[in-house]
Amino acid sequence: MHRVPYWVYTDPDTYRRELDRFYYAGHWCYIGLEAEIPHPGDFRRSVVGERSVIMVRTQDGGVRVLENVCAHRGAQFCRERQGNRKEFVCPYHQWAYDLEGKLRGIPYRRGIRQDGQLNGGMPADFQMEGRGLTSLKVAVRGGVVFASFDHSLESFEDYLGPTILSYFDRVFDGRKLKILGYNRQRIPGNWKLMQENIKDPYHPGLLHSWFVTFGLWRADSKTSLKMDPHKRHAAMIGVRSVGKPAGDVVSGVTSYKADMSLRDPRQLDIVPEEWWKGPTAVMLTLFPSLIIQQQVNSLSMRHIQPRGPGVFDFVWTHFAFEDDSDEMIQRRLLQANLFGPSGYVSADDGEVIEFSQMGFQEKPDQQCLLEMGGHDSEEATNIASETLIRGMYQYWRRVMGV
Amino acid sequence: MYTELLQLYAEYTATVDAGNWDRWPEFFTEDCVYKLQPRENHERGLPLATLHFHSKGMLQDRVYGIRETLFHDPYYQRHVVSLPRVLAVDRGRWFLEANYAVFRTKLGEISTVFNVGRYLDEVVRVDGALKFASRFCIYDSEMIPNAIIYPI
Repeated sequence: MHRVPYWVYTDPDTYRRELDRFYYAGHWCYIGLEAEIPHPGDFRRSVVGERSVIMVRTQDGGVRVLENVCAHRGAQFCRERQGNRKEFVCPYHQWAYDLEGKLRGIPYRRGIRQDGQLNGGMPADFQMEGRGLTSLKVAVRGGVVFASFDHSLESFEDYLGPTILSYFDRVFDGRKLKILGYNRQRIPGNWKLMQENIKDPYHPGLLHSWFVTFGLWRADSKTSLKMDPHKRHAAMIGVRSVGKPAGDVVSGVTSYKADMSLRDPRQLDIVPEEWWKGPTAVMLTLFPSLIIQQQVNSLSMRHIQPRGPGVFDFVWTHFAFEDDSDEMIQRRLLQANLFGPSGYVSADDGEVIEFSQMGFQEKPDQQCLLEMGGHDSEEATNIASETLIRGMYQYWRRVMGV
Repeated sequence: MYTELLQLYAEYTATVDAGNWDRWPEFFTEDCVYKLQPRENHERGLPLATLHFHSKGMLQDRVYGIRETLFHDPYYQRHVVSLPRVLAVDRGRWFLEANYAVFRTKLGEISTVFNVGRYLDEVVRVDGALKFASRFCIYDSEMIPNAIIYPI
């Protein structure tokens, strides 16, 4: 598994099958953070694949994820991004649903009284029961909400596997989260390219000068590359190298700027945190829809929202912890300049993904080479390796049957 | 005075449209704030910005980034900026608001609407010249078309 044909990124039928097999069945998809809906009735819209869903806090404090499609005529009834509701009412014919998604009201269900008679209305044997909104299976862990249309799905914990779960729990260990804000970008590339980008430790020390020059991620960093047993999820774990790099680490690396320094160093005022337990960066890719970023003091959820074979939306939710000091929150916010659609080490990821997609569209039968670090997909401890991408495609082939 | 403010706006626009990046930080005070922020974050009081710089030094670092470290598809940008509305004047500080639309043109491509929003500005006089003490670019555009590299 060390070649990927370009059509894998461009073929519309393949893309449809991916939605069905990865997003609409068999996989937990990221929805949002509990901190976004703290009070009963709070809701926020999200997506699973291309399908619109609503994450809602119910009266008993639980979290529901409901499909944003009216059971009557299929209208995507909720158009607000977020808010607070006692019930959801479709504007078309005012069918009303409670926060659990159960159908509670149908206007003129018993018909209309005319000349002393009830005319029209639903048939007498019509049942409200079972006519509610499609309710997804929900998993909440450490304040993070995942959902699936597939109610036969394994538990979220089994889905991640013990290794990846331990890195998930490293960030989400029960501390209350504080939402710092959002960034949204539309990237003209196939959604898998973003998973690959964060399973690729080979590029950061080459594409991103900030990483090389300030030692955040470079060839002499202590790195380990880990996977779940299915090889669909991964963790790229790094330790910052402090000091000038040795010659062979940066020889020929044109992005390394020996004389680069910051006029205002507050943007890289890194303060180690106890909960890191060593690594200064852990980038988690949870297949298919989420990247969890801890890169020094900056934390974000990056939600992959496919919109066709050649384009996806990438939605960033930056967060802090409720018990952070004001100084730490300011630090996280300043380091956010590195990330997002304008970030020093992220803006160019979107750009190169667009360039790859342009290449793919020209010649569907040509193939990508994935031979860095060999041909297999074992865990590794160096950056010159594409093992995590090979692992993901092994899994992809199995599920897709190709 | 208003004519002088208009000239500041016109010069800023001409500078960022010409790609004259070295001149861009010179429109700001030493301890300026420059912020490029989605409207949702601004209106809900969420502090995250797409870019958030707290000094002229950070703006100069951004210029270095544009020139030397950020790999990107080259593009032209063209701002159309409304007349500024004076919100308040307080002890020599002018608080202003102006709408903007930025068009992007990539090599060999048609021009597209890139980013639309409003400036929220605070202008002061430093050594005789008007400077931005703060410039917030609050954008309506719900999606950034891939990346924003150059200053708005």
